[in-house]
Amino acid sequence: MEFPYLTLITFIPLLGAVACLLIPRKYEREMKRLAVALSLIPLVLAAILWLNYDYTAGTMQFLEEYAWIPTINVHYRVGVDGISLPLVFLTSLLTVICLFYSSYTIKERVKEYFAFFFLLEMGMVGVFVSLDFFLFYVFWEIGLVPMYFLIGVWGGPRRQYAAIKFFLYTLTGSVLMLLAILGMYFAEGTFGILEMARLRPFADNFTLQSLAFWGLFAAFAIKVPLWPFHTWLPDAHVEAPTAGSVILAGVLLKLGAYGFLRILLPIFPQAFHHYAPIIAILALLSIVYGALVSMAQWDLKKLIAYSSVNHMGYVMLGLVAAASAIGTSEKFFDSQAMALNGAVMQMFNHGIITGGLFLLVGVIYERTHIRDLKGFGGLGVTMPLYYGIMTATCLASLGLPGLAGFISEFLVFQGALSIIPPVAAIAISGVVVTAAMFLWKVIQLIFLGPLNQKWADLPDMQRWEVITMAPLLFFMVLFGLYPTPILNLINGTVVKLLSGL
Amino acid sequence: MLQYSWLIPVFPLLSFTLIVFFTNRHKTLSARLAVGAIFLSFLLAMAVFFTALGIEGLAEEPYRSAFSWFPTGKTSLEIGFMVDPLTAAMLAMVTTVCLMIFIYSQGYMHGDRLYSRFFAYISLFTTGMLGLVLADNLMLAFISWEIMGLCSYLLIGFWFERPAAANAAKKAFITTKVGDVLLLLGMLLLYFQTGSLTFETIFEGVNHLHPNIVLAAGLLIFAGAVGKSAQFPLHVWLPDAMEGPTPVSALIHAATMVAAGVYLVARTFPIFTAVQGHPALVPVAIIGAFTAFFASTIALAQNDIKRVLAYSTISQLGYMMTALGVGGLVAGVFHLITHAFFKALLFLGSGSVIHGVGTNDMMEMGGLRKSMPLTFWTFLAGMLALSGIPPFAGFWSKDEILSHAFDHNQVIWLVGTAAAFLTAFYMARQVFLVFFGRPRNTEIHAHESPPLMTGPLVVLALGATLLGLLGVPADMPLLGPLLGNNPFHHFIGEAFEATPFNPQVMGISISVALAGLALGWLLYGRSPLVAGQTDPLERLGPLWVTLKNKYWIDEIYNATVVRGTIFLADLLFAFDAGVIDGLVNLAGKATVAFSTLNERFDTYVVDGLVNLAGKATVAFSTLNERFDTYVVDGTVNGIGKVADILGGELRLIQTGRVQNYLLLLLLSVLMLVGVFMYQ
Repeated sequence: MEFPYLTLITFIPLLGAVACLLIPRKYEREMKRLAVALSLIPLVLAAILWLNYDYTAGTMQFLEEYAWIPTINVHYRVGVDGISLPLVFLTSLLTVICLFYSSYTIKERVKEYFAFFFLLEMGMVGVFVSLDFFLFYVFWEIGLVPMYFLIGVWGGPRRQYAAIKFFLYTLTGSVLMLLAILGMYFAEGTFGILEMARLRPFADNFTLQSLAFWGLFAAFAIKVPLWPFHTWLPDAHVEAPTAGSVILAGVLLKLGAYGFLRILLPIFPQAFHHYAPIIAILALLSIVYGALVSMAQWDLKKLIAYSSVNHMGYVMLGLVAAASAIGTSEKFFDSQAMALNGAVMQMFNHGIITGGLFLLVGVIYERTHIRDLKGFGGLGVTMPLYYGIMTATCLASLGLPGLAGFISEFLVFQGALSIIPPVAAIAISGVVVTAAMFLWKVIQLIFLGPLNQKWADLPDMQRWEVITMAPLLFFMVLFGLYPTPILNLINGTVVKLLSGL
Repeated sequence: MLQYSWLIPVFPLLSFTLIVFFTNRHKTLSARLAVGAIFLSFLLAMAVFFTALGIEGLAEEPYRSAFSWFPTGKTSLEIGFMVDPLTAAMLAMVTTVCLMIFIYSQGYMHGDRLYSRFFAYISLFTTGMLGLVLADNLMLAFISWEIMGLCSYLLIGFWFERPAAANAAKKAFITTKVGDVLLLLGMLLLYFQTGSLTFETIFEGVNHLHPNIVLAAGLLIFAGAVGKSAQFPLHVWLPDAMEGPTPVSALIHAATMVAAGVYLVARTFPIFTAVQGHPALVPVAIIGAFTAFFASTIALAQNDIKRVLAYSTISQLGYMMTALGVGGLVAGVFHLITHAFFKALLFLGSGSVIHGVGTNDMMEMGGLRKSMPLTFWTFLAGMLALSGIPPFAGFWSKDEILSHAFDHNQVIWLVGTAAAFLTAFYMARQVFLVFFGRPRNTEIHAHESPPLMTGPLVVLALGATLLGLLGVPADMPLLGPLLGNNPFHHFIGEAFEATPFNPQVMGISISVALAGLALGWLLYGRSPLVAGQTDPLERLGPLWVTLKNKYWIDEIYNATVVRGTIFLADLLFAFDAGVIDGLVNLAGKATVAFSTLNERFDTYVVDGLVNLAGKATVAFSTLNERFDTYVVDGTVNGIGKVADILGGELRLIQTGRVQNYLLLLLLSVLMLVGVFMYQ
C-alpha cells in the first residue's frame, strides 16, 4: 500500500478539531499554536504531492480505494489530478493562514471556532479528493455546516439572516444534486465519479440527461455563484468574520466551479454543449453585472463580494467556452485547453487574491470598526505598508500583467475569444469596470487625498499581519511571472480531460 | 553583444526591487542605486547600439532569443527578446533620455518625503519601456505596456494627498485601460488566428488570413496606441498627467509611455501593411493628423507652462502617427527619437523654471532670461527644435513627415502644415511669456537651478540641436552626401520607404515655422505683457473660451461616460437588492407564511390531538434531559438540545450552545469514520 497522503490531508483536520475541543480552555494560547502547527501538516503533504505529481500523464494519482458500504456499492475512493491538486493545496494554505490570523483576532469561543475551522477544512479537501459521489456528497454537506456556524456565531449584526440565507440557498442546491446523484446511481449502479464519466449516464435519453444536468447545475451554480443565484454571497461575506470570508471566497466558491469541471463536463458533455449558450449568457452577466454592481457599493466587504461574482464569472466563461467547442472542430483544441487552464488557474488565483483582499479588509476593520468607504481617506500617509500591500493585491485582482490574475484572465479570454467571440468581446469590457472600481472605490477612497484626521493615529500593519499576507503575495508574484509550475500541472489533466470528451 | 541585451531592462528592475525591499529608508543610497542601474543600462544599450550598427542586414535578420513560457494545450506560449535596428535605436534613445531624467531628479526631488519611492517607481517605469522595446512577442510587449500603465498611475499620483493628483492618476490609468483592452482583444485575435504571439510568426501568418481579420487586428492594436499615445479621443489623460512631479512628465512625455504607442504601431507595421491598399493605415493617418492640429489649437490658450507642453506632446504624437499612417515608418520613428530629446529637454527646463519661481502659471513669470540663463538657452534650443527651425532636430524629422504626407495625401499634409504654424506660434508665446519682459509677479525671486539639474539640460539640448542631422534626406543637394546620405534611414532599414527631398515642402515648412514665430513675437515679444495685462488672444472671444476649456471634452466625458457608468452601476445594484434578492426573500417569506397557514389549520382542525402530542414530546424530552443530566453528564446535554431544534427553536444559535452543535457534528463525522473503518 502506498502512503495514504490524501487520507491524511483530509483527516488530520479532524484530529485537529478533536484536539482543539479536548484542550482545556485555560491552555488557549497553546491550543492556538497547536492548531496552527497541525494545519501545517496538510499543507506540507499537499506540497509534497504537488512536487511528486507526474503532470506529463495528467491522470488521477495517489489513489486510495476501499469498499465502504458494499451493499449499495459505495466506496471510499480518493485521488487527485492536476485540477484538484492545486485546489487541495489552496485549501490547506488558506486554512493555515486563516488559523494564524484568527489566533490573533478571535477572542470568544476560541475552541469551538478552531474546531469548526478544522471541520470546514476537512469538508472542503474531502470534496476535492473524492472520487465517489456518495463520499463527495457527504463532504459537500460537512463543509456546509461549520460555515453556517462560523457566520451565525462569530458574524456581524445580521449574522442570523445571512447564515440562514447561506444555509437554505446551499441546501436547495444540495437537494437537487442528491436527486441527480441518485438518478445516476439507479441508472448505472455505481457511485464512482470516474466510472460515471466513462459510462455517460442517460446518453440515449436527452430529457433525463438534461434533468440530471440541471439538478447538478443548480447545486454548483449556487456555490460559484453564477448570476442570478448570487445574492447569498454579499450577505454572507458582510456578516462572516474575516477568516470566514477568506475561506468562503477562497475555497467554498471553488467547490461549485470544481463540480462543473469534475462532474458536469466529463459526465454530461452533450448536455453541457447543448445548454452552453444559456450558461454563456449567465457567465457574461456575472462578469459585467458583477463588476458594475461592485462599483455601486460603499461597503468594502460587499464590494469585494460582488467583485467575486465578476471573477468567478471568468471561471465560468472559460468553462463554457470549452463546452461550446465540444464536438465541433479540432482547431479549437488548444483554445479549449487554454480556456480550461485559465478557468482552473483563475480558481486558484481568485483564492489567493480575494482571500488576501478579505484579510486586508480585516486589517482595517480591526482598527476602525467601519467598512464604509466614505469614512476613510488619506491613509496612504499613515499606513504606507498597508497602502502598498493593498494596492498590490487590488492590482492583482484587476488583472495587472506581471501578477497571477492576468495569466488566468488572459487564458480564459484567449479560449473564449476563439470559440465564442461575441461573448468574450463584451466580457472583456468588465476589465475596465473592475479597474475603475478598485482604483476609485478602494485605493482612492481609502488611501489617497487629504488624511482624515479621525484616523491620524492608526498604526500601520503589524508584523504578524504582514506574515499573514506574505505567502499570498508570494504566489501572486510568482505565478504572475512564472506560471509554469501550476500550468504544467493543470494543462496535463486538461488535455487528458478534453481528449476524452 | 546582442545576446546580453535582455540585461538592459533587468538593471532598473533590480534597482526597483532593492529600493522597495531594502534601501527604502536610505534616500541617497536609493537614488544612487537607481542612477547607477540606469547608467549600466545606458552603457550596455550603447554597446548594443554600436554593435547593431556594424551588422549588415540586421533589419532583415534580427537577433532573437526565445523560450517556452507555459503550456497551452498541445502547444506552448513562447516569449523572448529581439534586437533589430529599430530596437537598437530605441534602446539608445530611451536609456540616454532616462539617464538624464534620473540625474536631474536627484536635484528636483531633493527633500521629498518619498524620495526613495520616487526612484523605485521611475526605475520600474524604465524597465517597462525597455521591456517593450526588446520584446519579440505581443505578450511581453503587453506586460511591459501595462507595467508602464501602472507606473504612470503611481507617478502621476505621486503626491497623492492632493486630490487633483489622485484624480489625474486614476484618469490616466482608466483612460489608457480602455485602449489596452482593445489592444488585448487584437492580441487574442492574432493569437488564435496565427497560433502565436511572436512578431515574426504573426507577420508571416497575416499574409494568409482573411483581409478583414487582419484589418480588425490592426485597428485594435492602433486603438491601444491611441490610448497610450494620447491620440484623440483618448487624449484627455495626458494634460492632467502633469500633476505628477516634473521629471515624471518628462519621462511620460518623452522617453516612455506615450512613445510606447507609436513604437508599437511601428513594431507591428507589417500587420498594417499586410492588406492590399493598407486600409488599416487610413485611420492612423486621419486620427494622427487631426490630433496634431486639434491639440495644437488647445495649446495656444493654456497658461500653465506644463500644460502647453502637454498639448504640444499630443500634437507631436499626432505627427508621428500621421507619418506611420502615410507609410513613413522611418520618418515616424525619427520624429519619435528627436522629439524624445527636445520634449524631455522642454519639460525638464520647465521643471527648472518651476523650481526657480515656484509656480506653473506663465502669467506670473516673465524676464527669467536673466535670472536663469542656462535654463533659458537650453529651453530655447528645445523650443526651436519643436517649432521646426533648421538646423534643429525637430525640423528635419517633422519635415520628413510633411514631405512624406505631401507625396501620399495632400490634405493630410495641409493639416500638418497648419499645425506646424500653430506649434511655432504657441512655443514663441511660451518663451516670450516666460523668459522675456519683466517678472509680472514681483514676489518671485527666481534663481538658476543647481548643476545636477542644468547638466542634463545641456546634454539634452545638444541632442535637440544636432540629432536631426542624422536624418537629412539623402538626395538633398550638398548636405545629404555631406552628412552620410541619411544614416538613420540606412540603419533602420533600406527596405522602408524613403522620403525624397522636396524643396517645395521644405520651403513651406520653414516659412510657416518662421511665420508662427513672427506672429508670436508680434503679440508677445515686441512689447512683452506686463502685470495685469490680458492675453492678446482673448480678443478671439468665444473661440478663445472654447480653446481654453479644451473644447469641453472632459466635461462631455464626465456627463456621458462617467456619469452613465455610475448610474448604470447604481441601477443594477437597485435591481439586485430589489428584484433578485426581493424574489429570494419573497420565496422565503412565502414558505414561512405557508407553514404558518399550515400551523393554523392544524390548530383549528386537529387542535387537541396536536397539543397532546406536542406536550407529550416536550414531556418526553424533559424526561430525557433529566435522565441524561444525571446519567451521561455534559455530552448528552447536547443531544437534549437537539430535541429543541427539532421543536423549531432556531434561536439557539443566538443563545450560544455552539459547542453542542459542534459536538454533534463531530460525533456524526466520527461515526462515519467509524463505519468506514469497520467496513
